[in-house]
Amino acid sequence: MAKSRNWIANLDWITILIYVLMIFLGWINIYAAVYTEDQPGLIDFSLRHGKQLIWIMAAILIAFIILLIETKFYYYFAYVFYSIFIIILFVVIFIARDINGANAWLEIGSFRIQPGEFAKFATALAMARLMSTYNFDISDRKDLLKVMVIMFLPVVLIIMQNDLGSALVYFSLLIVLYRYGFPGWILLLGIFFVGLFVASFKISTLTLTFFVIFLASVLSAINFRRVTEVSIALGVFTLVLILSWVMIKLVDIKIELYYLVALSFVFSSIIYGYWIYSKKLGFVLLMLGFVFMSLIFLFSVEYIFNNIMGEHQQNRILVLLGEKDDPKGIEYNVNQSKIAIGSGGLTGKGFLQGTQTKYKFVPEQSTDFIFCTVGEEWGFLGTTSVILLFIALFWRLLVMAERQKTPFSMLYGYGVTGIIFFHFAINIGMTIDLAPVVGIPLPFFSYGGSSLWSFTILLFIFIKLDSSRQNIL
Amino acid sequence: MNEYANRYYVVISAIVFVAIIFIIRLFSIQALDPSYKATAESNSTRVVIEFPTRGLIFTRDSALMVENKSSFDLMVIPENVTAFDTSYFIEILQLDSIQFIKEFIKAKKRSYIPAMVYKEIPDSIITKFQELQWMFPGFYLQTRALRHYPLSSAAHILGYIGEVDKNMIEKDAYYKQGDYIGITGIEKTYEVLLRGKKGRKLYLVDAKNRIRGSYKDGEMDETAISGKNIVLSIDSRLQTFGEQLMANKRGSIVAIEPSTGEILCLISSPAYDPNLLVGKNIASNYTQLRNDEANLLFNRAVMAQYPPGSTFKLVNALIGLQENVITTHSHFTCAGGYNVGSFHLGCHHNGSIEFYYSIQGSCNAYYCHVFDRILRNKEFQTIGESYTEWRNYVMQFGLGKRLGTDLAQELRGYIPEASHFDKYYGKDKWTPLRLISMSIGQGELGFSPLQMVNMTAAIANRGYYYTPHLIKNIEDLDTIPSKFKQKHTIDIDSAYFEEIIKGMEMVMKAGTAANAYVQGLDICGKTGTAENPHGKDHSIFVAFAPKDNPKIAISVYIENAGFGSTFAAPLASLLIEKYLRDSISVPQWETMLLNTSINYKTK
Repeated sequence: MAKSRNWIANLDWITILIYVLMIFLGWINIYAAVYTEDQPGLIDFSLRHGKQLIWIMAAILIAFIILLIETKFYYYFAYVFYSIFIIILFVVIFIARDINGANAWLEIGSFRIQPGEFAKFATALAMARLMSTYNFDISDRKDLLKVMVIMFLPVVLIIMQNDLGSALVYFSLLIVLYRYGFPGWILLLGIFFVGLFVASFKISTLTLTFFVIFLASVLSAINFRRVTEVSIALGVFTLVLILSWVMIKLVDIKIELYYLVALSFVFSSIIYGYWIYSKKLGFVLLMLGFVFMSLIFLFSVEYIFNNIMGEHQQNRILVLLGEKDDPKGIEYNVNQSKIAIGSGGLTGKGFLQGTQTKYKFVPEQSTDFIFCTVGEEWGFLGTTSVILLFIALFWRLLVMAERQKTPFSMLYGYGVTGIIFFHFAINIGMTIDLAPVVGIPLPFFSYGGSSLWSFTILLFIFIKLDSSRQNIL
Repeated sequence: MNEYANRYYVVISAIVFVAIIFIIRLFSIQALDPSYKATAESNSTRVVIEFPTRGLIFTRDSALMVENKSSFDLMVIPENVTAFDTSYFIEILQLDSIQFIKEFIKAKKRSYIPAMVYKEIPDSIITKFQELQWMFPGFYLQTRALRHYPLSSAAHILGYIGEVDKNMIEKDAYYKQGDYIGITGIEKTYEVLLRGKKGRKLYLVDAKNRIRGSYKDGEMDETAISGKNIVLSIDSRLQTFGEQLMANKRGSIVAIEPSTGEILCLISSPAYDPNLLVGKNIASNYTQLRNDEANLLFNRAVMAQYPPGSTFKLVNALIGLQENVITTHSHFTCAGGYNVGSFHLGCHHNGSIEFYYSIQGSCNAYYCHVFDRILRNKEFQTIGESYTEWRNYVMQFGLGKRLGTDLAQELRGYIPEASHFDKYYGKDKWTPLRLISMSIGQGELGFSPLQMVNMTAAIANRGYYYTPHLIKNIEDLDTIPSKFKQKHTIDIDSAYFEEIIKGMEMVMKAGTAANAYVQGLDICGKTGTAENPHGKDHSIFVAFAPKDNPKIAISVYIENAGFGSTFAAPLASLLIEKYLRDSISVPQWETMLLNTSINYKTK
């Protein structure tokens, strides 16, 4: 009895409050998104806001159950959960019907769940379990491989279900490795190349080239306090670029500007390389190598895409990146989304007053584009509040993670933060055209039972772990 | 692991960094950039144009000349269509199946937008369709107003309406693609009055362009203003009776009320049924009318340029008197014509002809002498000057110039300038003999029947006229354009008009039109017969009645019908009597005219 009172007293009520606030605000906005003047009923279980109410009830029930279960259970059953979900994900590939181009839904009667959503908490648990084992050593290749397998097995299976968005989410678990002590620069490099790959379809190669060069220069300048040298290097490069551009204008040859940039870069880096070699500035050389690799990567992505891939493969990638899609086009979605959010202004049009929302200009508005409703009806004040609410949640989660006594709870806490943050960043990013449209929900806001329940499970397991942080496993 | 505790700060900073980027971005699109607001408005509002009803047209005797009749177009919203029995549908609506299917496929491309699939479903099918409409969801009938002409008459006056063309759309922003506009006749002249003003309603629409409510509670809506009804000066009895009498003849009748310039009837024959230029068959019917060898679309009343014939002697007599080259006591010799040297212009009198008789008997020789005197007037240095003076008088009658009536196709007619003869004969090297045929209304003269009747009205008024016009009243405005209330006075003493009117009275009593005399009507007239190179002479007659306080002036022109007295004069008498007494005392004229059909050889 004393023990039970102990964990209840230790529950992090701030996090629970934030959770309740989020699902409440989420429901209000779902109601606004499905609202039409013809159907003003507040509770109608045939409509989405009515259904969401059921999902919310169920989610609260799930949260209670999770809190009631012994903490040890999650530790010991981590691998079991993981195995079960891997099997389900594997089976789903074969039995799922094609819904919106993905075979990611498991159907039981009229009931539809997305195992990929639930596999997240299982993967986070399994990773935390593995990495908290006594003799786990990240620098040991075998152990590293084990973590990677646990992390990327669901990714492979979900990609096979054609659901790139959900698969990408698992990359957010890299944050767990990072906190554990995995060298940061390798993670950054990975993130950088993924970013570069995505950006190469959105931004011209030329712009990216300049960006890469600038980034490398700034980094080396800061790291080695060699502002003078870097400025000289940039100066040489610019000079060579201008000279070659003038020459090309003079002889009147038609050549793409970015080939010129690449050429200038190679030429100037030879000069610069010789100069720093004589001065033995190792890191600067490394930065040059990084720039060089990035450029090669950029050009090869473009080359492979344009010349090696077939049209079918190209389209596939463009659709996955949100550059091409469906009857009306992804661009239409993003445009309408921006219009809805932008038209909200500073204070919004008011609850149920958003014309873009009411008249369904934004597709998927109650699910992936729920943030548009916030933007249109509640304005900049509303969107900022939601963002601040998320920041409060992340801050709370990280504070909780850091106070854990066991590596298992702590690592799981980081996993939870990573997953929710990734959803937050990509989802809001895509509604305001800062991220590709990959179709992942906004945690606790978007309509849908699978996503609400999976985030509830994810969060409440951590709250439970945190509540018994005093009891050392 | 605890040696990496500082990574907590890296993670929290990364999160805050992303949040800051989002907030900056949101601030820029929500607070700074106003364009999204505008786009959202245009996204969700639709302007629906409300078409006003076009004004009706009545005659002076309150007969309805032009009304609006609703026609039904078959519309479809393809989204709402369920499977239906296509062949039964086509059968009950009596559709052209190929055309229907073609339009239906076209409509399906934008499935939520209403589209017209078939124009003008015949009235007889409407009720049947409405009974069976439940079987065909998605289909409905939409009414559209078409012009209808209950009298089937006066096509040349009324003109027609049609879809506005590109030029007009560019010129006048009021018109949009698909709007209707008056193309000729009264429909064109009074377009702005008749059309009214389009209204508009702003609606909120959803992503599928379906109407969801009114925009800003309708505060920016504009209601349509119906077109104004107008009353024409036309007398429906006169107009239809005249048209009947002119059947199978080519020519024109125009009658005017001299005291106002109001046109009582304006007939151009052959005519066509104005109902032909309505609705979906307008294009094919128009082509047919235009290609008809009788030139059906040609409005002879205002566009034809006929020589005035002997009726023009009245004008020459007046000018002669005013110029003091003759008096009412002047006598001239007619020796079966006018002879100068080897020149001979035929006439049918013998002996000395006096002034009144010259009108009554229409003596050619008399007017050759008059015209000769006018042109040799001592007051002028040269023949050019005296000719120009004469021409100015003629034009004061409204001849040879555009009168400015409310039919836009009106032509100016023809009366040559002095320079025309200078060019042929050298400056002032010409003699009256060269243009002597103009004295009897032949030669290089061409006037429209409207100009002729206006001249007659000016005589009836003893020296002035009002621009002939068709508009009598405009609803609500209770006025007509001021140019039609302006008096045009001729610089000829009204006493001289009295003199020639005496002659015109004699024409009816014992002169060339004695055969068309009607007891008690007090008609004053003048016959004319215009030679023409293409066949039999044109039969011409101008008249007004009664002599004092004239109520009607008329000009009748029948192509290739021979002497003016034969057809034109009895016709004028019939119409005058019809107008003044609303009866006919000599029905045999009517029978004769109705039975006369003149055979016009195709060239």
